[in-house]
Amino acid sequence: MLLAASTHGYWNLQTLWFFLIVVLWTGYFVLEGFDFGVGMLTPAIGRTTAERGVLLRTIAPVWDGNEVWLLVAGGATFAAFPGWYASLFSGFYLALFIVLVGLIVRGVAIEYRNKREDDQWRRRWDYVHAGASAVPALLWGVALADVVHGVPTDAHGQVTADLLDLLGPYALFGGLTSLALFAFHGSIFLTLRTTGELEQRARRLSLRLAMPASALVLGFLVWTYVNAASAHNKGIVPGVIPIAAICAPFAAGALQRAGRTGLAFTATAVAIALTTLTLFLNLYPRVIVSSTNNAYSPTIWTTSSSHYTLTVMSVIALLFTPIVLLYQTWSYWVFRARVTGTDAPTPAQALAASPLGKSS
Amino acid sequence: MVRENLAAVDALDLARWQFAATTLYHFLFVPITIGLAWFLVGMQTAWYRSGEERWLRATRFFGKLFLINFALGVVTGIVQEFQFGMNWSDYSRYVGDVFGAPLAIEGLAAFFVESTFLGLWIFGWNHLRPKVHLAMVWLVAIGSTASAYFILAANSWMQHPVGYKLNPVTHRAEMTSIAKVMTNPTLVRAFGHTIAAAALTGSMLVLGVAAWHLRRRTDVRLFAPVARVSLWVTLAAAVATILLGHAQAQLMTKQQPMKMAAAEALYTTQKGAPFSLFALGPWQKYPNHNVASIAIPHGLSLLADNSWNGTVLGVNDIQRSEEQKYGPGNYRPIIGVTYWTFRIMAGLGFVAALVALVGLWLARVPGRLERSGRFHSVALWAIAIPLVANLAGWIFTEMGRQPWVVYGLLLTRRAVSPTVSAWWVGITLLGFTLLYGVLAAVEVKLMIGAVQTGPDPVGTYEPETKAIPALSY
Repeated sequence: MLLAASTHGYWNLQTLWFFLIVVLWTGYFVLEGFDFGVGMLTPAIGRTTAERGVLLRTIAPVWDGNEVWLLVAGGATFAAFPGWYASLFSGFYLALFIVLVGLIVRGVAIEYRNKREDDQWRRRWDYVHAGASAVPALLWGVALADVVHGVPTDAHGQVTADLLDLLGPYALFGGLTSLALFAFHGSIFLTLRTTGELEQRARRLSLRLAMPASALVLGFLVWTYVNAASAHNKGIVPGVIPIAAICAPFAAGALQRAGRTGLAFTATAVAIALTTLTLFLNLYPRVIVSSTNNAYSPTIWTTSSSHYTLTVMSVIALLFTPIVLLYQTWSYWVFRARVTGTDAPTPAQALAASPLGKSS
Repeated sequence: MVRENLAAVDALDLARWQFAATTLYHFLFVPITIGLAWFLVGMQTAWYRSGEERWLRATRFFGKLFLINFALGVVTGIVQEFQFGMNWSDYSRYVGDVFGAPLAIEGLAAFFVESTFLGLWIFGWNHLRPKVHLAMVWLVAIGSTASAYFILAANSWMQHPVGYKLNPVTHRAEMTSIAKVMTNPTLVRAFGHTIAAAALTGSMLVLGVAAWHLRRRTDVRLFAPVARVSLWVTLAAAVATILLGHAQAQLMTKQQPMKMAAAEALYTTQKGAPFSLFALGPWQKYPNHNVASIAIPHGLSLLADNSWNGTVLGVNDIQRSEEQKYGPGNYRPIIGVTYWTFRIMAGLGFVAALVALVGLWLARVPGRLERSGRFHSVALWAIAIPLVANLAGWIFTEMGRQPWVVYGLLLTRRAVSPTVSAWWVGITLLGFTLLYGVLAAVEVKLMIGAVQTGPDPVGTYEPETKAIPALSY
């Protein structure tokens, strides 16, 4: 496109913003990844409504803050790469719609589940939550795999794909990978955040998930690597990152078996982060790969905002991001204690049960 | 070729319906959230300072209503972040350089604040010292108000684009001054008007709920003072909304003369123009005269220009001058929609003020406000007044800007996604409508349930050594 000539002079800012957006997506997948996992696994681990209520409480204070990472990723893409934002979301139209419905239903399930003291009401929302968590967990992987693997476009880089074009074998494999990895990540998170019987069940489930999740990550990244290597221009990622991404879930399984839950959780977080990074490195400097003709692929040069806007946004990101990280970390610190007890009690029940001080 | 054109028109219409439906729906919850957040700030601060249990019970009772609303505000907000790209990709390409910035800043500077501190507020009752916990609700209110500022910065730029230039190479608008975008005079007025309207929405909800309980004599000691405070807030917010709306309209007369002329069904330019109370035109989208009209002489000139004989431009003359400026075409919005939504919005603002005045009049005599069953019914139904006015206001300002999506810069029909078929837009429109309909039913059911259950019983939180459970899980 015409932009290329006028924008090459400040490639540093465009590369910076490409990687800032990678950071936002990575943060989103790592944080909301365990939210999705908790949601999907809740019916499997929690046998009673009360137990499932405890599981939900492990993410209830933080899920909304985690989801903001997605909104900021969307907003930052709009501001820094309007052409990317436009092609991506109009091109993945129906898939994105399904993701949005999943996210909406899931948010409502989390927030409304305990608004009534009615066992059936809560049980229904628990299953809705599980289903609605699985949908985006699967489709984010599909979409990211498609972006990297290539979708049909016109000469201007506008995606012309149908829904079926987005469901190729590689993309579906990517979706299964994200689904399994998020479930594994969530099971370790639950081991870390619960006690007693629930903790034991979460641990057992995580050990069962370890192998399939690790195998899928291995298969998906090898496939990605083969794709990249066979298409000369498609960019080869630095070897150490995908190799570390492949090792991380295996390490998480071993650490979990050894009872080092904190480290195991770190390992699945690293696995998600490095898998995401591998895919984006494979993509760079393109923003969507055109399967029609690689030359049609929109790039960071053809889709970016002006130098002025990128500069302004850099200053703002520099100013606010550290503050956000600080208070979001603090919120995790405040809620660091393992969740115990039973389902959401009424105030009266809570008072009868707890003669504790008001402030801690 | 003809069929393709037809399809394009359909996708455009459907995309507009989708934007209207999802955005208006979203905006049912936004002003309730902002308005109620500041009520929670007031109530919890009152509890913190006085130690009176009833303010804690009020905080937690209205906190529940707040959270039921907040949930839908959040989930429907996700759609807002993505639908510019989905349905309006040419718009996104053309203006993203300017328009994307306030959206990204909103996420980074306001959404994170709102959602993180809300989690801490809901679940932090026993984890945080009371003072720190109080700060959480303040931050939620500040975050949600700040988020309105950034969104209105984006919208105001569509009403009155500033701080940009057109790049002839890239064929798009590019930002030249973030300061101008963030201090757009349109934005400053729109923000004041919108926040005042949000305060009105929140306070009329509080008033209606308090009246419902006063009628049943449950907890008079709690709801009588709440009703009094909300009456004063309602009055102040209604007056502020009207005055700030007036200031906004005066500016709009200069910046978007067509919108205001259409709002008044004023077809020919006049000195000493009358203010129309009731007008009927021929039954068509773009009439050029009124069939019947009742008007206050010189009223519009006074309102628009602060002068008895000021000149106000009419629709037909603006249409001619815009054709000269932008080329042949129709630059009129649908006059009937613009005229009536403006009247519904402004009229309901005055009705809201009237409700507050009646309530305050009753409250002069001790005990009368508490006993007036008729006023209690009025106050309950009056919850709908600001909600309808809010929607009418947005329909007015967005429909009144047509055919432009960015005034004077980009036509709405050039903004739609070229690759998205009418089928797709139709499917998602249907999907969102059904989903949002179900959610609305669930929400209303929960709200009514929470209101009927009422606050926790007196003594729940006394003595103070007892733990306060999280508000909702």
